[in-house]
Amino acid sequence: MRETRQLALVASNTPVAGKPVRGEIAAIFEQVLGHPVQITDGTDIVEDLGLDSLGVMNFVMAIEDFYDISIPLDRIAQVETVGDLIHAVEQLRSGVPA
Amino acid sequence: MTILAKHASYKLAYDALRAHGVDPFNVRFDSVLSPTEGMLNGRRTILLGTNNYLGLTFDPDCIAEAVEATKRQGTGTTGSRIANGSYDGHLRLEERLAAFYGRKHAMVFSTGYQANLGVLSTLVGRGDHLMLDADSHASIYDGSRLGGAEVIRFRHNSPDDLYKRLRRLAGSPGERLIVVEGIYSMVGDTAPLEEIAAVKRETGAYLLVDEAHSLGVLGATGRGLAEAAGVEEDVDFIVGTFSKSLGSVGGFCVSDTADFDIMRVVCRPYMFTASLPPGVIASTLEALHKLETQPRLRVNLMRNAKRLHDGLGALGFTTGPQANPIVAVVMPDQEMAVTFWKMLLESGLYLNLALPPATPSNAPLLRTSVSAAHTTGQIDAALDIFAQVGRNLNCLPADRRRAGGVV
Repeated sequence: MRETRQLALVASNTPVAGKPVRGEIAAIFEQVLGHPVQITDGTDIVEDLGLDSLGVMNFVMAIEDFYDISIPLDRIAQVETVGDLIHAVEQLRSGVPA
Repeated sequence: MTILAKHASYKLAYDALRAHGVDPFNVRFDSVLSPTEGMLNGRRTILLGTNNYLGLTFDPDCIAEAVEATKRQGTGTTGSRIANGSYDGHLRLEERLAAFYGRKHAMVFSTGYQANLGVLSTLVGRGDHLMLDADSHASIYDGSRLGGAEVIRFRHNSPDDLYKRLRRLAGSPGERLIVVEGIYSMVGDTAPLEEIAAVKRETGAYLLVDEAHSLGVLGATGRGLAEAAGVEEDVDFIVGTFSKSLGSVGGFCVSDTADFDIMRVVCRPYMFTASLPPGVIASTLEALHKLETQPRLRVNLMRNAKRLHDGLGALGFTTGPQANPIVAVVMPDQEMAVTFWKMLLESGLYLNLALPPATPSNAPLLRTSVSAAHTTGQIDAALDIFAQVGRNLNCLPADRRRAGGVV
């Protein structure tokens, strides 16, 4: 329930311009972390944003819900930076197989 | 640290833990006296964290069978069944397991870990989809990596999230295998198996249930959660272990799947490891017999589980939702958890300290597991120790502290 509400917030508050996926991901990060974040493609999700393994999992599940995709574990393992994540989301949304 | 430098962050955390003067992952018993007692630092200690659900490790008949088989057939098989052949005990145990579950086929593995590794990596491979509950045991995660299937996690115990993820896969080729556990090992909660079976039926997936902690614990005849939930027909594969309720070591898988025996020549964790020694097989067979013929064991187990669960709740501790043989007490932080655990140990009570990331949330847990062999007196003694330590550490809610004081 909690997560559904959060996602509704994300969906309604997200400015979509330029790099839409990055803006959406930043908004989801802010919802999960509970504070504003500055991210670039080079931002390291664990090192720079301070997410522990549980935090990463919650974050990934929020991303999955938002885009209505499932990111397989081997894909998640390859993701280190925000740029990697954007790439994975864009590939999965366009139907590129794992 | 040289080649192991990559584990520096773990070493740091482990060193910080040991700075408390304890090593929760390396407890050394002077001796183990019974299913419920051991000697630790010269002190008689209640064992409340050893998954010995039916208390059969010291059963005289199980011991006698193990001794007799060892005398007759030797201490070990010195190799795998494909290389050194099967002993009659391996085959009898597989027949007995199949009969117990009412299934056509059974396969025995050398550990429960290897059973998951072997079964998961063989049932699904590249191009297939493996749907894992996010709180799955490490053996399930490791097995998922060995086979090359696409692995997708769903939210713990959420049939809706599982359904959503299976729906997203609609149209893509490959088999789907759902994996859940009967009782989850950290907080003792059960899977919502009826709903998960419904998702399985609707989506055409296969369903595997790991009954490691529920064999001999749940169900009218002890077959586990699938029996208790009345959905055995929907469960395609059951995996389990001998190292908990059956008091030995080893793992198994049972199924009605027609081609089951092909696993014996393609399942690497079965093929390339030594088979179980005759003594282990013999005690396991006898323990299975006890499980089937002594329902009193399950009654005692659940009585003890309820007494501990309710007692801890009455003291004001936060526990899991269900009175199952695994009862976990939620600790506010790691500092308190380690101190609490150490004081319990010094008071003669052994249980498991479970720290993140092994726990399902960021909270550390004091994880207990109850046995049918515990006496009511031992459960009450454990509750007394919990109450004393909780009071000493100011870890009980204020309004409950007085109640705790009269325990």
